[in-house]
Amino acid sequence: MYAFDYHRPQSLDEAARLLRERPEAKLLAGGHTLLPTLKQRLAQPSDLVDLGAIAELRGIREEGNGLTIGAATPHGEVETSELVRRLIPALAELAGEIGDPQVRNRGTLGGSIANNDPAADWPAGVVGCGAVVRTTRREIAADDFFTGMCETALEPDEIITAVHFPRPKRAGYAKFPNPASRYAVVGVFVAETDDGVRVAVTGAGPCVFRLTALEQALTADFTPNAVDGIEVDAAELNADIHASADYRAHLVKVMAKRAIQKALG
Amino acid sequence: MVEKGIGQPVPRKEDRRFVTGRGRYTDDINLPGQLHAVFVRSPHAHARIRRIDKDSVLGMPGVVAVLTGADAEADGIGPLICGWMIHSRDGSPMKMGTHRVLATDKVRYVGDRVACIVAETPHQARDAAEALVVEYEELEPVVDLATAHDAPARVHDDIPHNLCYDWELGDRAAVDEAFARAAKVVSLDLTNNRLVPNAMEPRAALAAYDPGKDEITLYLTSQNPHVHRLVMSAFNNIAPEHKLRVVAPDVGGGFGSKIFIYGEECVVAWAARRLGRPVKWREERSEAFLADAHGRDHLTHAEMAVDEDGRILALRVDTKANLGAYMSTFSSAIPTYLYAPLLSGQYRIPAIYARVRTYYTNTTPVDAYRGAGRPEACYVVETLVDAAARELGLDRAEIRRRNFIPKDAFPYETPVIMTYDSGDYATCLERALELADYAGFEQRRREAAARGKLRGIGIACYIEACGIAPSQAAISLGAGVGLWESAEVRFTHTGKVQVFTGTHTHGQGHETTFSQLVAEALGVPFEDVEVIHGDTAATPVGMGTYGSRSQAVGGEAILRACNKIIEKGKKIAAHLLEASDADIEFEAGTFRVKGTDRQKTIQEVAFAAYVPSSYPPDLEPGLEASAFFDPPNFTFPSGTYVCEVEVDPETGQVSVEKWVAVDDFGRVINPLIVEGQVHGGVVQGLGQALLEHAIYDRESGQLLTGSFMDYAMPRADHVPDFVVEFAPGSPSPSNSLGAKGAGEAGAIGAPPAIMNAIWDAIGVRVEMPATPERVWRALQSVRMPQAAE
Repeated sequence: MYAFDYHRPQSLDEAARLLRERPEAKLLAGGHTLLPTLKQRLAQPSDLVDLGAIAELRGIREEGNGLTIGAATPHGEVETSELVRRLIPALAELAGEIGDPQVRNRGTLGGSIANNDPAADWPAGVVGCGAVVRTTRREIAADDFFTGMCETALEPDEIITAVHFPRPKRAGYAKFPNPASRYAVVGVFVAETDDGVRVAVTGAGPCVFRLTALEQALTADFTPNAVDGIEVDAAELNADIHASADYRAHLVKVMAKRAIQKALG
Repeated sequence: MVEKGIGQPVPRKEDRRFVTGRGRYTDDINLPGQLHAVFVRSPHAHARIRRIDKDSVLGMPGVVAVLTGADAEADGIGPLICGWMIHSRDGSPMKMGTHRVLATDKVRYVGDRVACIVAETPHQARDAAEALVVEYEELEPVVDLATAHDAPARVHDDIPHNLCYDWELGDRAAVDEAFARAAKVVSLDLTNNRLVPNAMEPRAALAAYDPGKDEITLYLTSQNPHVHRLVMSAFNNIAPEHKLRVVAPDVGGGFGSKIFIYGEECVVAWAARRLGRPVKWREERSEAFLADAHGRDHLTHAEMAVDEDGRILALRVDTKANLGAYMSTFSSAIPTYLYAPLLSGQYRIPAIYARVRTYYTNTTPVDAYRGAGRPEACYVVETLVDAAARELGLDRAEIRRRNFIPKDAFPYETPVIMTYDSGDYATCLERALELADYAGFEQRRREAAARGKLRGIGIACYIEACGIAPSQAAISLGAGVGLWESAEVRFTHTGKVQVFTGTHTHGQGHETTFSQLVAEALGVPFEDVEVIHGDTAATPVGMGTYGSRSQAVGGEAILRACNKIIEKGKKIAAHLLEASDADIEFEAGTFRVKGTDRQKTIQEVAFAAYVPSSYPPDLEPGLEASAFFDPPNFTFPSGTYVCEVEVDPETGQVSVEKWVAVDDFGRVINPLIVEGQVHGGVVQGLGQALLEHAIYDRESGQLLTGSFMDYAMPRADHVPDFVVEFAPGSPSPSNSLGAKGAGEAGAIGAPPAIMNAIWDAIGVRVEMPATPERVWRALQSVRMPQAAE
């Protein structure tokens, strides 16, 4: 780890001011990506701005016809929340499949989507539900938020405050985990929302993406059979030592079926 | 029966300190004024070192020294050695590439040591290690074992074809003749995947030089501190042997990786003397992936000849083994004498021939890893037996029954230089089949099919050889050291017992089992025994712990020392009881005049030995004894593992559903600890079969699985409940305890049991590790023709 200055602001304004004043600063949420990166000396931020003391970033509440989850809420709280289990149980299940208990007790929703790891689980849930990402400046639709591998629409001094998830009629998440990292080799989130069916795929490509062909097929027939007629193009998928693109393409279909099955209950 | 004596499931003494965080590991030790070392490691798999610019870092904050291979040579520090000489088929000695403590001419793997920075703090050392300017001329690396022979590049410029040796064992002509008349021949190409040892505690070293005594003390993560001292003195010129003290305190696992003498500890000890201040080095986890010797990595073409009844006629094995960039300490022995002599398995095989070629590649050195050669042999034999059963349409248990060495055939001489001591293979198999409900398996297969899962059952009957012995035979085959073990048992005035052992415990629970042994032998309370190990200044010269040897060899040495104490005690008791020596009997801690109630406890006798107010005039005072034990033979544990797996045909995911282990370890001292050893070994075997694989980039030679994000270790939810039973047992005749050793069995027997179960489930054989994609692709290959119909 290289030396850095550590800040623990008590308010969002103070955090935003630190980010503006120190262009090489990094936000610290659960630290589950940032700290290993620092330990390996793969990043050299001038300052770390710890969001852990800002109470308004944390918590889960019902809002309108849906859920609002504070950006600094750890996965474990989402996993065990009665409210989440009642309103959008698929999100509790998704959170419960992230890493291991230690990761879930520290890692946060906001940290995960701001990092936008191509194999993270949350991007699938956020895009799959058609959620809205709230920041210190604006609201960003999920479809506009994830812009590329480890890239988002966030401006350098913009901080995610919460994510609002409209309640889908039904939803399911199925994940094929990497046995080493437990990130998703492929994860598929399927939701039937008021605005139509949404299918979001993580792990398979460089960034979470929607499988529109399947969305259309599910609109006509919301059963696992809808997957059978779909082609998943391996050419655009990741290939690495854990899974070839062909295999990932196949897993997208298998996980999609399982997610649909879960959504059907 | 002695309370907490032999055979009792006594909870481990060690756990008090380990589970309360009071263990004391090398990194827990700090010395006043200590400096910190960080190694600059090669980023290239193969490159010539053009220049190391020390000036680029010498002015940096806290930097005290930059040490290079040239400095080491100038100070007379010798290169690392391999301690077992192997001769090729043509009689020529193995070709050992020079392995310096710090590279001078070339770097030969990613992670090779280029320089050592010593600074006031670890961070300052690391800053300088990053800043050090090293100019390399990159060379084409040799990465692939299969093509190393014909690779255009040479890992060592003076070693053609990268071939270290071309060795053979067995009667080739007899094997050829048997194959010529065989009813069936099965042949397989097998890959034994490369593994990273991943002990829980990474390696560490802390050295201090005492100029007053001209002595170096080295705290080290070592499985064998005396062997470290010997090699570092005799070959690396770190210090004369009597001026080097090696202390291996608590060590958090080794699995073989802490047997070896590495460059890092040599440099740390040398630096401490050169700089006149203590020097500490602690490996990082990502460094351990690159720098700790890896395991396995074989490519084997294996053939088995059988008659029409499934009786094995002969075995022919051709193995290429990866040495990595340099020969590690015992690397030459693993794919030769710890591999080919185990190819007879549990079977009566009239003729066996094995050829083994080892190659240098630009990868991390490969050496012993839990099982060391024996898992590779077991995998070959047990896969071939399954292949033969399939070829003949025989039940897989039945083909094993037909070929077992019968229990009345021991000692049994195999065609590959081993004489098995004892065993009852059929009883283990039958009991395992019964516990596993082998007969009812097809019903479970159908039930699984109804759930959409493919269920398979696999059997592996393993043989292990523990406690390499005897010394004279091993030395005649190339071993550079003796293979005995030592012990010293000492009573104190107050009747407590100190046991000094040359073995070393790093997870095995020796402090508990040796205390049980002594409690039983001397009739003293278990709590009154203290086991001392791991310090060359405290313990007798010993060979350490590896190869499941500690109980069978080290335990026997302790027992023999106890027997000497009892013999002396009888003389003291006879004097105290005014009887003749011959009339004294000893039982459960009491010396008694035969046929009377006149007696003295061993504690009373010990006190008399140290306060000799009334004492035999011709006897030395004191009550302690030492013993060395050089066993007449290896011990040969054996057993049967039966495993059931389910495969998800949609993803290829394998889950292990059921596990039965019936092991014959001879006499078991502590069944609780031994069952734990089976659990741990089986889980490591499961790791090899399903998850673990050190993968190098074929072009660059970079380790692609360099962290736990990419290198998959088994976790609790990969593992089923285990049914572990110990066979009634065939005690080893090679030691009076009858103990055989249990440390590696699981890692030896588990991989073929799992792989045979997967083969049974999906109908095709896949290579280890059986990753979901491999299994899925194998299923695609058998289903495609059906789909086309």
